[in-house]
Amino acid sequence: MTQLALIIDLNVCVGCHACVTNCKQWNTSGAAGPLSDLNAYGADPNGTFFNRVQTFEVGEYPGTQTVHFPKSCLHCEDPPCVPVCPTGASYKRVEDGVVLVDYDKCIGCKYCSWACPYGVREFDEQRKVMTKCTLCVDRIYNPALPERERKPSCVLACPANARLFGDIHDPESEVSRAIREQGGYQLMPELGTNPSNHYLPRRKSELRIRADQLERVDNPRLIDTLPDTTRYAPMNADYDI
Amino acid sequence: MRPAFSVILLTTLIGAGQGLFLTLFAVDAIGSLRGIPTAELRSFAVVGSVLSLCLCALGLVASFFHLGHPERAWRAAAGWRTSWLSREVVALPAFMASVAGFVMARHADSPAALWIGLGAASLAVVLFVCTGMVYVSIRIIREWASSLTVVNYALLGMASGATLAAAIAAFLDSDVKEGLVLGAMALIAAGLVTRGASLIRNARLPVKSTLQTAIGVKHPKIVQRSQGAMGGSFNTREFFHGQGADALRNALLGFLALGCVVPLVLLAFGFASAVTCSVAFSTQFVGLVAERWLFFAEARHPQNLYYQSIA
Ligand code: SF4
Ligand code: SF4
Repeated sequence: MTQLALIIDLNVCVGCHACVTNCKQWNTSGAAGPLSDLNAYGADPNGTFFNRVQTFEVGEYPGTQTVHFPKSCLHCEDPPCVPVCPTGASYKRVEDGVVLVDYDKCIGCKYCSWACPYGVREFDEQRKVMTKCTLCVDRIYNPALPERERKPSCVLACPANARLFGDIHDPESEVSRAIREQGGYQLMPELGTNPSNHYLPRRKSELRIRADQLERVDNPRLIDTLPDTTRYAPMNADYDI
Repeated sequence: MRPAFSVILLTTLIGAGQGLFLTLFAVDAIGSLRGIPTAELRSFAVVGSVLSLCLCALGLVASFFHLGHPERAWRAAAGWRTSWLSREVVALPAFMASVAGFVMARHADSPAALWIGLGAASLAVVLFVCTGMVYVSIRIIREWASSLTVVNYALLGMASGATLAAAIAAFLDSDVKEGLVLGAMALIAAGLVTRGASLIRNARLPVKSTLQTAIGVKHPKIVQRSQGAMGGSFNTREFFHGQGADALRNALLGFLALGCVVPLVLLAFGFASAVTCSVAFSTQFVGLVAERWLFFAEARHPQNLYYQSIA
């Protein structure tokens, strides 16, 4: 059985909010209605978003790291938000595992948002229904879009390529391989929700460049391989007062 | 969690309505078996049931204010197989309908009243369980996920219903009033004990989810620097009570004083008079509203880990 999911690489995310913007743009323009903003130009602007990027500081100064952390519905395999819905408006699709809300059935009781531990369901104050990430169901199967654009908006927007999209139940998919080979993990595993979205951890970055890649050995005038003194002569002079 | 006033009113009002019906039906059934004059018992049963219906109707109206789309409320019956909220939505009108049936049968002195009443009483119990389970079934809110939640809710509802029943009996100057006063006092005391137990349990709950498991970074020191929006969001509104520690303490005091001590004193030393019993009920009701407020406010939702500082 297919289970579509996002894999988010925390080692790569630069916190630029491009995914947030593109998500909002696509999902506010669709047939399902706008993701409304309240007081957008006032003192206390707020609105509905499916995806937010948060920032955490890990460690103690000066040894700190900034972790940018994008968060949207994790399309849990055992979603606690689904069985509690009194109307059946919240459901998990059998064919691809996407968790959705039927906006025409939702009565806006907010009960599902209480059941989700991750705070990714947002009640739309204008439409008065519960909304959440749809994994862009209106893109990923959309024959009107070119094949390469049939991906969630956030994935397409990410300039750093921190977001992967695919079927985590297919062991040979790009996402399954990323989870397997790069230590992909789930959020709050202790709660038994079994999220489909996974995160790739921060890793120690190493420069994988060899010296011979920096020096053009076939350079006829051997400029690259001249001794340091000549190469940096003007710069050394600056410090040589 | 943010205490939702529509839900607080719903649960306190229908709790009192169910408690009232259960009390008066018990009195009615035992009374008829013992052969107490039916005219006197009948007026007590009929007046009490009508009042119970009114309380439930008010609660039902209040609950509609909680919904984004009240006109679709009928859809909430669809999920009864999995959702306790849906079961509550089914059980409440069923209870009200059977109480209405009981009123008519009892008014007409029909022998069927006993059986209809028995049905209504079972539905009252079912409704107590459903309403309690609405909260218990949110497993991730660990303050709620305990059988004490159902017990407290049922006992406190029973207590307020019994106090109201005592007040009605006092107004009708019925013989059962002294017995009802005693019963109400016992229920208040029992509710105080079990609610106290849940307060102690909640104060000692070990932490399960942390910022470390929330973002999957194991370092012991993590501080949030931004939550992705400057002006707040649904997440900052719905899951925080937004009050200081004072408000929680006051709610606790309100529950203990108004919800328990004052009504106990009034019932104990009020000679089961109509005035003292009705004052006892009103104070108790305010105290139980405070108790519900506290119930929401003390619930810590794990999503709050992601919303600790705006910028
Ligand atoms: S992340 Fe929350 S809303 Fe999404 S499937 Fe899991 S529990 Fe439901
Ligand atoms: S808010 Fe809508 S989707 Fe959520 S539980 Fe209520 S009816 Fe279901």
